[in-house]
Formats: sequence, structure tokens, C-alpha cells
Amino acid sequence: MNTIRNESRRDFLKAAGGLLLAVSLPETLAQSGPGRTMGAFAAAPFQPNAFVRIGTDNTVTVIVKHLEMGQGTYTGLPTLVAEELDADWPQMRAEGAPADAKRYNNLFWGEAQGTGGSTALANSYEQLRKAGAAARAMLVAAAAEKWKAPPAEIRISHGTLYWKNQRATFGQLAADAAKQKVPEDVTLKNPKDFIYIGKPARRLDARAKSTGSAQFTQDVKLPGMLTAVVLHPPRFGATLKSFDAAKAKAVKGVVDVVAFSTPVSNGVAVLAKDYWTAKKGRDALTAEWDESNAFKLGSAEILAEYKKLAATPGTAARKEGDTEAALKTASRTLEAAYEFPYLAHAAMEPMNCVVKLDGAGCEIWNGEQFQTVDQMLVAKVLGLEPGQVKLNQIYAGGGFGRRANPHSDYLVEAAAIAKAARVPVKLVWGREDDMRAGWYRPMYYHTLKAGLDASGNLVAWQHVIVGQSILTGTAFEGMMVKDGVDATSVEGAANLPYAIPNLAVSLHSPKIGVPVQWWRSVGSTHTAFATECFLDEIARETKKDPFELRRALLAKHPRHKGVLELAAEKAGWGKPLAAGRARGIAVHESFNTFVAQVVELSKDRIERVVCAVDCGVAVNPNIVAMQMESGIGYGLSAALRGAITLKDGVVEQSNFHDYPVLRMNEMPRIETYIVPSQEKPSGVGEPSTPVIAPALANAILALQGKPMRALPLSTQGFTFA
Amino acid sequence: MIALNVNGKSVQADAEADTPLLWVLRDYLNMTGTKFGCGMALCGACTVHVDGQPTRSCVTPASAVAGKRIVTVESIGNTPVGKAVQAAWVVENVPQCGYCQSGQVMAAAALLNANKNPSDADIDSAMSGNLCRCATYPRIRAAIKRAAKGLQA
Repeated sequence: MNTIRNESRRDFLKAAGGLLLAVSLPETLAQSGPGRTMGAFAAAPFQPNAFVRIGTDNTVTVIVKHLEMGQGTYTGLPTLVAEELDADWPQMRAEGAPADAKRYNNLFWGEAQGTGGSTALANSYEQLRKAGAAARAMLVAAAAEKWKAPPAEIRISHGTLYWKNQRATFGQLAADAAKQKVPEDVTLKNPKDFIYIGKPARRLDARAKSTGSAQFTQDVKLPGMLTAVVLHPPRFGATLKSFDAAKAKAVKGVVDVVAFSTPVSNGVAVLAKDYWTAKKGRDALTAEWDESNAFKLGSAEILAEYKKLAATPGTAARKEGDTEAALKTASRTLEAAYEFPYLAHAAMEPMNCVVKLDGAGCEIWNGEQFQTVDQMLVAKVLGLEPGQVKLNQIYAGGGFGRRANPHSDYLVEAAAIAKAARVPVKLVWGREDDMRAGWYRPMYYHTLKAGLDASGNLVAWQHVIVGQSILTGTAFEGMMVKDGVDATSVEGAANLPYAIPNLAVSLHSPKIGVPVQWWRSVGSTHTAFATECFLDEIARETKKDPFELRRALLAKHPRHKGVLELAAEKAGWGKPLAAGRARGIAVHESFNTFVAQVVELSKDRIERVVCAVDCGVAVNPNIVAMQMESGIGYGLSAALRGAITLKDGVVEQSNFHDYPVLRMNEMPRIETYIVPSQEKPSGVGEPSTPVIAPALANAILALQGKPMRALPLSTQGFTFA
Repeated sequence: MIALNVNGKSVQADAEADTPLLWVLRDYLNMTGTKFGCGMALCGACTVHVDGQPTRSCVTPASAVAGKRIVTVESIGNTPVGKAVQAAWVVENVPQCGYCQSGQVMAAAALLNANKNPSDADIDSAMSGNLCRCATYPRIRAAIKRAAKGLQA
């Protein structure tokens, strides 16, 4: 599927039958970083940067450097190329890029390839438009040469070039275009001339995903491959002491039983030609574990520890004015504490990975979210160089953060098993394995204290957060953990936009033996709830309208204020509601995208969610709306009932019966409104997720008068009638 | 050896009798359109039709459906209803990650086979066993209505 390697341009063209239009961009255009090498294009003053391939069959294939896990990269990124190329939308195709941190790096991350933080479209916006524009210029040059026409007189419309009575398709000109000089500079379209950006182009992956033909990791089958089903330890931190393979091997069809160990997991794998046989073998297996270093606390004990920690200020994440003094002199203070459980990502496709080892190295098939990290860590467990780890990009059946594991947990597990078993291996976790393997959104405990002056104005805000650091001990620590503060623990709280003169946010990061990881919208999953719910409690106590209070405090934050006002207007904020109904509002920025939501609630259901978003230029407004809906649905699952709990160190949940997620009948009606903007686009995959829980909780507060101070809301006695 | 009728063809799989239909389809017959999500009939990703009824293939032993008519996502597009459903899925841009959509399409086709003009409540009742973590539910609802309308025209 992904055969493009980092070859010389000549080979690159030859590999694709002489019909490939390699587009290279001047280094300055590609936001070069320090230490960047010139790579295969060393002879030319360009960086190799191939994103576009035009076939004689008149297809335009965009090589997408980011994972498609549902968020729309395989549509959004081709839109950027199609725009500058003036292509015809039906001729557009998308293809996953191979691992190549020099050519396909995330421009926001330096020389590292990966998808996360809602950056895919944002970091590609200029890069892919320039790639499209360069391809366009080469097509025009080819036509000009052929027709002996002045390039300026050649027009392109929907994939066809025109001059006088001449016309040619991209496919007809592809071979000649490949011989043209790569332009040193390109001019991008004026936004007023956009034909695709800002319009709802259809998803390029919709048909394959509606007919069962889209390929996921779960669907990969190699010659000689065996399926591996694993037995993990019952508690985090336990290690394998011994195992008895006899009963597993007695299962007809079981081929092999191997122990494995990686830096972050260990256990026993049972291998067979099919999943069912391997699973029966795994279930029959008996093992003894050394639990001397295992984590044995339960959620209740962890919470008790966190409450003790929260009683003292933590490491400062933000400090303005003198909060302690302001709280002492305040006319009135208010306090609240908020609790958050561990959360599993529970993507529909349980984690899995296909690994083949041979003399040349290692080849992997995976919905790849963290190419550079995965290459490095897989190479390490196999004793290879990162360049010897070839990654084949395929669709991921959801991710929500899980497939970007900073320790590459399930990939290194698959690699270790393949090494031990000496055959190509497809590691398949069952739902129970996936849910109990850890790498959760951490548990958190927040305390907030507000100081009010005699007129009820907010003069002090003290916020203490307690929870595990996601990044400490990972390759990201140096970049994102500063002065003991993990940026992902405090984002959304440390950058609180409200105008409050005395403000202190601090953090405790206890070490707990439960593996944790980012989860769709990361820190904002908890900080948005704590801050937005507390603000509503303040509004209620000071008899202020929650919308007006926010509006007043956001005077210097026009984009927050813009979405807040748009959501309020569209929801009819302040207008009378039917008896037994109430509204709740919340606003939050994450990944530079601003979202406000108004929930209209009755005792039976969420009647309506109005969502306003400012993501800069909305490249595909339909995908923006889809992602708002998706984030709200995902956030609601967690808000209503989502919790991973531990008892004596053992995870209590295992499948969708005890980790229930939102179903069709519970999905509210959602209206999305996009703020018109000429700002650079920002991501939409995550930012609607954190807003729905506080908007709902604030509606509950308005309806029932009872503040919701823990998630999931089921723990607060909240259910629909 | 299990003999099955899948998508109108007689096929044989050298699988143990207790092997769920899902794994016979995927691992023995190399038909990977039908997906594995939970293994406990909790998510609907593995939905196929057995004698026209939507069935969770992950908990249905293949030996139990020998001789019955099994239809999977690979062939549902050959029926007028299946074709209309898949076309509506594309027009409404339903899939996001797409992993659950084979099951959603099969559940929706079964619904429209039984009910030409489903109400919102009918859709809720027929589709609530099919989980989608991307929460494409509003688009699924719209696509079912579009398909229903197209079939009536």
C-alpha cells in the first residue's frame, strides 16, 4: 500500500512508472528546523517533500502524512491540494504516507512524524496548499511547452487545462509535467477564489468504509502469519514467574506458547492460525505472577491520597497577583472540589498490531499515530536501527489518543512476541484485554476556591490539581514538563481566560502504578469541567446569569467571547423555556480552537445541544460539524457513566456491559454553528469533547439546584427519567 | 469441517464446531468486512444477516448456522435495500473511523427490509445495539431516512 521510499527523485519517478509528480518545496517554505538535512534532494536547493501523485488514469493521489482515525484527514488534507491544483473532487484519492520524519514530519513537532493535539490540518495547511500549487505550476508549464502557449494564458478548471481550442486533463499531462522544473516559489490562491476550502466536499473514505472494504490492522493477513492472544498480569507492575503451557497446547490448533517481556508489559502469548483457537488456548493457560512490585490500591484509596495532597498548594503552574492575601481579605469565599475517574479510550477496534521480522529488519502494519516514536522504541526492543522499522499506514478503527502511546506499548509487545515466536504475528487484544491494559486518562482531584468582593465580583481564584503526569518518563518530558509541571495536567486551567486579578493554579503529580495516557482533548477533559462548573456555582451564589458573567470576564478574549455569544444566541439563551427544562452553558479553548455549547435539558433527555466553534478557516464545514458531534458524543459517554475503577489494584471493568458508552437512542440533537474566520485553521478532532460535560452539569445545576462535583454524573445520582 | 452458505455460495471451513461465525468469516474465509469489537454481542460491529435476521456473528457458533442463508457486508450491496443504504451512507458522509459501519449498514438494511418507513423510535430501537465511538448516530439516522425515501421513490 505504501511503497514510496526515500529515494532519489529519479527513482521516485521511476517507481511510479514515470508518472509521478514529485513536488519539492524550498526549505524555507517547509518550516525547516535546526539540524535538518537536505536528504535525497541534496543537489537541489529543495527539500524532498512529496505529497502529490498524478496518474495517467487522471487520479490525483495525496500522500497523507497523518493517520485517518475518523477525524477526516484523508478528506481535509486532499482538499488543500485540490484547491490549489484546481482538481476535480471525484479524481482525488488519499493514501497514507510511510514513516519518514524528514519528509512527513508534523511541522508543529520538529523532526517527528505523528498525529495528535488536533494538529493534522493546521500544520499541513500551507504545506499542502504549496504542494498543490507547485504541482499546478508544473502542469501549466507542461501544457505551455506542448501548446507553445504563454503560461499565463492557460486556465485550469476541475482537472482540465484549457488554452484557446486546446484542452488536456491532468492525466494526459502527467508524464510531461514530471519533467518540468520544480518551481522555487509558488503563489497561493486568494481565499476569495477558493472553490473547495470552506465547502462541504464528500469524505474520500466513505465508500470503502460503507462496504466493508476499508482495511484496518485487524484485517491484515500475511503468509505464515499467526494470531497472538495474550495473557497479561492481573495487576499493573506484576511480572511473570512461571507458566504452564500444557493446557493451552492441548487446545487443538494452538501452534505455540511464548513468554514475552517489554519495557512496559509482560506476559504469555498463545499463537494459532485463527483468533478463536488462540483465545481458547489463552483462556486455558495458567500462570504464576510475582506481585511484589504490583500496584494494589483501589480507586477509593487513591482518591483519599489525592484529597490529602490537595489540602496543600502544589507546584505553581500560574501565579498572578497575591491570591492568598486576596482570599483573606475577600468579603466572601466559595469552595468546591471535583473528582474524575480513570477513563479507557475504548476505540471500536481493540488494540492490535501486525509485525513481520526478517533479515532486513521489521515491517509493521498498524493505524500509525506516532511513527517516529514507534520506530525508535520498536527498534530498541529488537536491537535494530529506527530506519530498519518499516511502518505501513492503514486506517485506525478509532484512536482517541490510544494509538499514540508514548511507550509504543502494544507495538513493542507485538514485536517482542514476533521475535520470540519467529513468525509473522498479528497481536489481537480482545475487548477485555484492551480495557484492562491500562494507559487510561488519569484520575484527578481538583479543589477550587474563589474570593468575592463586597459587590460579588470575582477577585481571587485558587485552583489545585492532583493527578498523575502523563509525560514524565517519556520522550516528551524534556519538551512538555517544565519546572515540575506537566503541561498536559494543567492545560485549560493554567490558561484560564477569565479576568481575575489574583489567580493561582498549582499541581501535584503523585506517582501511581497505573499506566496513563492522553485521551481525546487531554488536560481539558478535566480542567474544563472543574473551571466551568465552578464558575456556574459562583454565578449562582452571586445571582448572576452564567452567560453574562462569562461574557464580562472574557472582554479581552474575543474568540472565546465570539463562540459564547454565538452559542447563546442560537440557543435562545435567556428566552423562556417550557416547564421542567433548563439550559446550561460552557466555553473552553483547546488546541487553539474555541468551543461553546448550550445544553437544553429536561428530566427525560438532553433536548438539544447548540455548539458554536471558532477553528479559524473551516476547510470543510461538514467535517467540522461531524467532529463537533463526535466529540460531544464521546464526551457524553464519559460524562454520563464512563469510569475505570480499581479494587485492590485490579481493574473492575472489562467490556461494554460495565463500561457503557453512548448509544443511538441517547444521542442528542446537535446544531453546530461555525464562526466565520480568516484566521489560520486549527484542529477540530478534540475541542468539542471537554465542553459537553460542564454544559450538561450546568444545566443540571439550573434544573435541580444541585451542583455536580464528580464524573461520571451517575455517581452524583444523575440519570434520565 | 463446517459447511456454510455465505452470500449465496456454498463454502466449507475447517474450523472447530464452537468457532463463532465471525471468526470463520474473517480467519477461515478471509472475509474481513465483518468486524470484531467486543466478542459478547454488546457492540454490533459483527452484525450479519442469517435468514434475513440481523445476527451477532461473534456469539453465533458457525455450526449452528450451517445450511442457513448468511449475508455479509460484502454482498449486501447486491440487494436493492443494501445498495440504497450504502449509497445513503456515502451521501450523508456517515463513516468517521468506519470500524463499526459494516455492522451499522447490516443493521440498517435489516431494519429497512422489515420496515419501509421507520420512525425515529423505530430507528432507535433497531440501531441501539450498534455502538459507534465516533458517535456518527445523527448521520446514521439521516442516512436511514434518506435510504428509506429513495426506496419508496
